[in-house]
Amino acid sequence: MKRILKKLFSNVSSLVGIILLLFFVAIAIFAPIIAPPLSDDPYQVPRMSWDEDPQPPGFPMSDNMKEIYQYMGKKVKWTKAIFGTAQGGYDIFYGVIWGTRTAFKVGIITVVAAMLIGVFIGSVSAYFGGWLDETLMRITDIFLSFPFLVAAMVLTTILGRGLDKVMIALITFGWMGYARVIRGSILSAKEETYVMAAKALGVRDGRVIWRHLLPNTIFPVLVQASMNIGSMVVTAAALSFLGVGAPLGYADWGQMVSFARNWIIGKPGHAGQYWYTVFYPGLFIVLFVLAWNLIGDTLRDILDPRLRGEL
Amino acid sequence: MVAYIIRRLLLLPVILFGVTFLIYCMFSLLSPEERLATYVNNPNILKSTQASQRLIKKFHLDDPFPLGYIRWADKIIRFNLGWSKAANQPVWDAICQRFPATLELVMYSIIPVILVGIWLGVISAVHHNDIVDQSIRVIAIVGWSLPTFIFGLFVLFVFYGILGWLPPGRLSTWAQDIVYTGTKFHNYTHLVTIDALLNGNIPIFLDALRHLVAPIITLSYISWAFLLRITRSSMLDTLRKDYIRTARSKGVDEHTVVHKHAEKNALIPVVTIAGMMIVGMLGGVVITETVFTYPGVGFWAATAAQQLDYGSVLGFALLFASIMVIGNLIVDVSYALIDPRVRLE
Repeated sequence: MKRILKKLFSNVSSLVGIILLLFFVAIAIFAPIIAPPLSDDPYQVPRMSWDEDPQPPGFPMSDNMKEIYQYMGKKVKWTKAIFGTAQGGYDIFYGVIWGTRTAFKVGIITVVAAMLIGVFIGSVSAYFGGWLDETLMRITDIFLSFPFLVAAMVLTTILGRGLDKVMIALITFGWMGYARVIRGSILSAKEETYVMAAKALGVRDGRVIWRHLLPNTIFPVLVQASMNIGSMVVTAAALSFLGVGAPLGYADWGQMVSFARNWIIGKPGHAGQYWYTVFYPGLFIVLFVLAWNLIGDTLRDILDPRLRGEL
Repeated sequence: MVAYIIRRLLLLPVILFGVTFLIYCMFSLLSPEERLATYVNNPNILKSTQASQRLIKKFHLDDPFPLGYIRWADKIIRFNLGWSKAANQPVWDAICQRFPATLELVMYSIIPVILVGIWLGVISAVHHNDIVDQSIRVIAIVGWSLPTFIFGLFVLFVFYGILGWLPPGRLSTWAQDIVYTGTKFHNYTHLVTIDALLNGNIPIFLDALRHLVAPIITLSYISWAFLLRITRSSMLDTLRKDYIRTARSKGVDEHTVVHKHAEKNALIPVVTIAGMMIVGMLGGVVITETVFTYPGVGFWAATAAQQLDYGSVLGFALLFASIMVIGNLIVDVSYALIDPRVRLE
């Protein structure tokens, strides 16, 4: 473990990843200070005006909007859209800051839940073997027969709009990789003498898996999990982009990008005038995913000594 | 090898059953009224509760689960996938009409990656530790971190918004008039680029190509990064094997060592990766087509999803799952054909 941490901090690319990640953690923690919420639900992005088309960075909140907030008894703590506004007057700065919290929430919850399901199925499958293994692995194959994004899109459409629905869909089709990895490790580990000894002593199966096998085989799964957080966040954002993810106005990077879709080309004669609608949310998504990938890349190098330092 | 292929083929019905079963599970999450809506082409019928209750009874949409699955599967086998609200035509017709566009896009995205990507991967492994080598690593990680929809919007922004070179869609208006409504243009394959060449109509060919470039780049850049890295690491691994050293020490020239001895063995894992890559592209199709309003099945499915057109979305899932099942089968069988270890098993 110490070796791994040392390696993570001595490698330039993973160090960049760690710094980026800490930056995002800070944003997520201090979101209420960086961008104080204007309404009761902090995940609802405030609107700066009723304008349908995006407004450039520095756009001040329109007077009638201020009046509405004051009428609702809210204090208007800030009035400038630093990053401009997206379609419908939604403040981009607020959206990307609070979207960081959404990203962490989606990434961590889906990955942990998918990992738990995958580890359970994979370890049971490998430990008991026989027809149970065969059945569970065929079920895994069936879930793997759907392209991940397509499956998630279909299930979200059926369950309805909302971040919780998105997470359910991502978990339902996201556990198979973990099941396969843990199954492989347990298949080789279960022949080891310490497992035999535990079994000979009459330790119950569940306990053998939980206390003896998993602690020795879980590391590759954890590496995979850390690498998957980025891709889960991207898929959730992609669903929002396609219009089946987070509800309208929810602070979510994918939705901020989807707002840009109709404006990206700009008005005739003013090509590129709406660059900010895609630039800021896009930058946040890319850096977030890059951070996880840089860390995951180094972890994989450590894990696979054959290719150490070369891949 | 024959035994392996037969065993693999026997598994096919099991997987197909599982896939349809899973789709039916999702279908049965819908209420009987919503399920009815996937079959009815006139939305006014659904407004009357009496009429819809009668239809639910008539089409057995409130059957218990196993019986419901059998009835549904029976319809699927006859290509009755319901009515697509988004396309205003039966789901199967909607798929048939839009699939050639998607096929054209995916085809042109895959071929260059496989040909050039593998070649570049081999080169970068042979010239190990060059600057080229490091830049490939960086490009791969950054490319991997750049989501398709952001990259696609960026391409659209630069090459259409600012430069005006690569417009979205599949054909310009003047070309659409000729291809879809003209009498002189024959649609032999429904792949516009190929049809244009068969008709000897070069302007249409160039117009179709101009519309295809941006979606192709968007759909395939991740695959480039991916395939390059895998080919490279697999090649590096192989070049360090004992038999390569043997070949070198007995005086075989470097070209033969690389291309005859190493490449053949190094490319075995690449076949699996190429299969996975195509799978990734199938997911990317939805986003790429949506970004560029390219009229294929992916764009249609995304539109349908926004309109809560369940029939279309499930039909789309069934289509892509079937393609994937068949794709995986081809990959596994070709694996058996290439890899002597599997072949002799």
